[in-house]
Amino acid sequence: MLKIRNLHAAVDGTEILKGLNLEIDAGETHAIMGPNGSGKSTLSYVLAGRDGYEVTKGEILYKGKNLLEMSPEERAGEGVFLAFQYPVEIPGVANTIFLKEALNAVRRHRGEEEFDAMALLKFVREKTKELGISEDMLKRAVNVGFSGGEKKRNEVLQMAVLRPSLAILDETDSGLDIDALKIVADGVNALRAPDRATLVITHYQRLLDHIVPDKVHVLAKGRIQRSGGKALALELEKNGYAEFAEAAA
Amino acid sequence: MSQQINPVENFVSEFEAIRSTLSGDDVPWLDALRRSGIEQFKGAGLPGPRVESWKYTRLRPLEDTTFRPVTPADREAFIDQVPSVLPTALDCPRIVFVNGFMRPDLSRLDNLPEGVTVEPLGAALTRDSEWVEAHLGRINRFEGQPLVALNTAMMNSGAVVHVRRGVVVEQPIQMIFIAGHTEDPVACYPRNLVVMEEASQATLVKLHAGLGVSAYLANAVTEVDVGDAAILRHYRVQSENMQATHLGSLHVRIGRDATYEGFGLHIGGRLSRTEICARLEGEGGHCALNGAYLMKGREHCDNTTVIEHTVPNTTCSEIFKGILDDESRGVFQGRIVVRKDAQGTDGHQLSNALLLSDKAEMDAKPELEIYADDVKCSHGATTGKLDETALFYLRSRGIPEALARNLLIQSFVAGALDEVKVDVVREAMMNKVVHWLPAQCFLAEEWTKE
Repeated sequence: MLKIRNLHAAVDGTEILKGLNLEIDAGETHAIMGPNGSGKSTLSYVLAGRDGYEVTKGEILYKGKNLLEMSPEERAGEGVFLAFQYPVEIPGVANTIFLKEALNAVRRHRGEEEFDAMALLKFVREKTKELGISEDMLKRAVNVGFSGGEKKRNEVLQMAVLRPSLAILDETDSGLDIDALKIVADGVNALRAPDRATLVITHYQRLLDHIVPDKVHVLAKGRIQRSGGKALALELEKNGYAEFAEAAA
Repeated sequence: MSQQINPVENFVSEFEAIRSTLSGDDVPWLDALRRSGIEQFKGAGLPGPRVESWKYTRLRPLEDTTFRPVTPADREAFIDQVPSVLPTALDCPRIVFVNGFMRPDLSRLDNLPEGVTVEPLGAALTRDSEWVEAHLGRINRFEGQPLVALNTAMMNSGAVVHVRRGVVVEQPIQMIFIAGHTEDPVACYPRNLVVMEEASQATLVKLHAGLGVSAYLANAVTEVDVGDAAILRHYRVQSENMQATHLGSLHVRIGRDATYEGFGLHIGGRLSRTEICARLEGEGGHCALNGAYLMKGREHCDNTTVIEHTVPNTTCSEIFKGILDDESRGVFQGRIVVRKDAQGTDGHQLSNALLLSDKAEMDAKPELEIYADDVKCSHGATTGKLDETALFYLRSRGIPEALARNLLIQSFVAGALDEVKVDVVREAMMNKVVHWLPAQCFLAEEWTKE
C-alpha cells in the first residue's frame, strides 16, 4: 500500500526528515510514536502534499504510484486522507457543502457518479448516526466555533464519508476526553478492512488502547529508530523517549 | 486620447450648450438650482489629490477622455434583453433608463400598488413641481462636493420614487440604468429622489449595467428621505463595463425609529467611486451601510462613507468586503461621526479585503469622530490573502484548487452578503458573485440554500 524509501524532507531549508523508511501493507494499522519535534507532523504533511514541505531525497510509492508527483486533491482522489492535528476553521462554508464538494470531487476522480444534494444528505446523515455525531454539526460552518473534540469528530466524519484507502491520523488524540477518544477510535476501527491501511501518529500510548496497531515505530531525529509490535508502545509509555534522543545524537 | 483637456471648462461650456434642453428648464427654482450647481462646480473644480478624501482615487478618465452629454438619440441604443438583478419571472415593477433617458417600452410600472409613485424626474416636475422643489437638493449639501454640484447642474432624468404614509410595498422595485453602445464617450447625470413617508416600507433594487466596450461617464446622485418609522431596503448593483467611470453619490436622511438598510455590490467599471452620506436625525433610527466589491484587471473601486449621528440613541453598522485580483485597487474610507448630543450611539464598522494577486492594492481608512461621551463605537480593517492553510485543507479532501479558491472567495463575500435581509435579492447578488468567479464551479441555487 505505502512504501517510503530514504525520505528526506525540509521545511524552510531545515532538514526535518533524514532518511525515513516505512512500509505499510494493505489491511495493516501502524503507529508512529515519537517525541515532539521528531518530524511526525512533517511526515503527515509530506504524505498529504502540503506546500512548503520540500522532499529533497527519496521516494514514496502509494499503490505502486509515485505519490510525490500528485497534487493534494489527486492524492485525496486516490484514497489518501489526513486527519489534521489542528482542523481548519472555514467561516461561511457549511459542513454539508464542504462534504458534498469533497465527496463529489473524489467520486469524479474515481470515475463514479456524483451525488445530488438529497442523496448526499441522506448518506451523510447515516454516517453521523453510525458515528454518534450530532446532526447539528452538519449545518454549521466547517469547524467554526467547534470545541476541540467536535473538530476531531468532524475529521472522523469526513473520513467516514470519503472512505480512504490510507488514513493518516496526525495526533488525533490530542485534547480529547475519553468519550471523544472512543468516538474517534470507533470511527477509525469501522474503516479497517483488508484493502485499507491506517497510520496513527501520536505522542501518547492511550489512543493505541482503542486503535490497536499491528506495528509500532519510533520516530526520532527524522528517522525510524526502532520498530516492533504493540508491546513497544507500552514500553515507550513506561520509559519515555530519552533513550532515542541519545541514540540518535 | 492623450491630448491635454480641461475637463472643468468642458463641462461648463457643455452645460451652457445644453441648458435649454434639460428637463424643467422653464421652472424658475430649478433653473436657479442648476445655476448654483454649475457655479459651485466652477469654483471648486474637479476633486484632486489635494483633497484628503480624494487621496487614493484620481479622476484619470476625466483627464484623458472628453465625454459629451447624452442626447435623446442615445436612448435608442439597441437592447436585446433588459438586464436585471432579480429573476424576470418575479415580474417586479421596474423603471428603465437607457443612456440617461427613460424607456417606457422597457419599463413596467402598471403593477405598482396604490400609494406608490415611480416616475422619471421630468414627469414629476410636470405633475407637481412644488413637491419636487420641497425635496430635490434638500438632502444633499453640495458644498465641498463638486461632483454633486455638477450633477445638480446637468441632471436631466432619473427616477422619483414616492411611497405614501403607511404604505407597505411587498415587491421589490427595480431601477435599471443601462449605458453604453454609443459611438463616442458620453456622460449621463441621473438624479434620483426617494421619499419614504412616515411608517412606509419598500425595497428598491438599483442596477447600473454597462453594454459593450465604449467608454462613458455616469455621474449619479440619489437623495433618500426615510421618514419616521419607515423602512427602506436599498440595494445597488453596479455592473458597468470595463471602460466605464461611475461616480455615484448617495445622500440619506433617516428619521425617528426609521431604518435604512443599504447594500452595494460592485462588480465592474474602470473607475468607480460611491460616496454615501447618511444622517441619523431622529431617535431610534438605524442605518446599515454594507457592501462588497469584486475587481479585476486594472479596475478601481472606491467606497467612501460618512454616517452622522446627530441625536441620542441611534445605531449604525457597516460591513464592506472586497476581492481584488490582478492589478485592481480598492479604497474604503469610512467615517462615523457622533455629534455632541448623540449620547447612546451604537456604531460598528468593518472593512475586510482579500488580495488575490501581489499587484492588487487596498487602501482602507476607518475613522471615528466622537464628540459625545456615552457611546459604543468600534471599527476595524484588515487586508490579507487567501488562507493557504484553509486552501490546503480543502484540497486535502479532494476539492480541486480552482474550486477551493472559489469556495473561499464565496465564503468571504457571504460575510457581507448575509447582511442583505431580503432573500431573493441576496440570492440574486450571490449569483452575480458566482458569475464573476474565474471558473464557474458552483450552482448558485445550491449555494444559497444554506
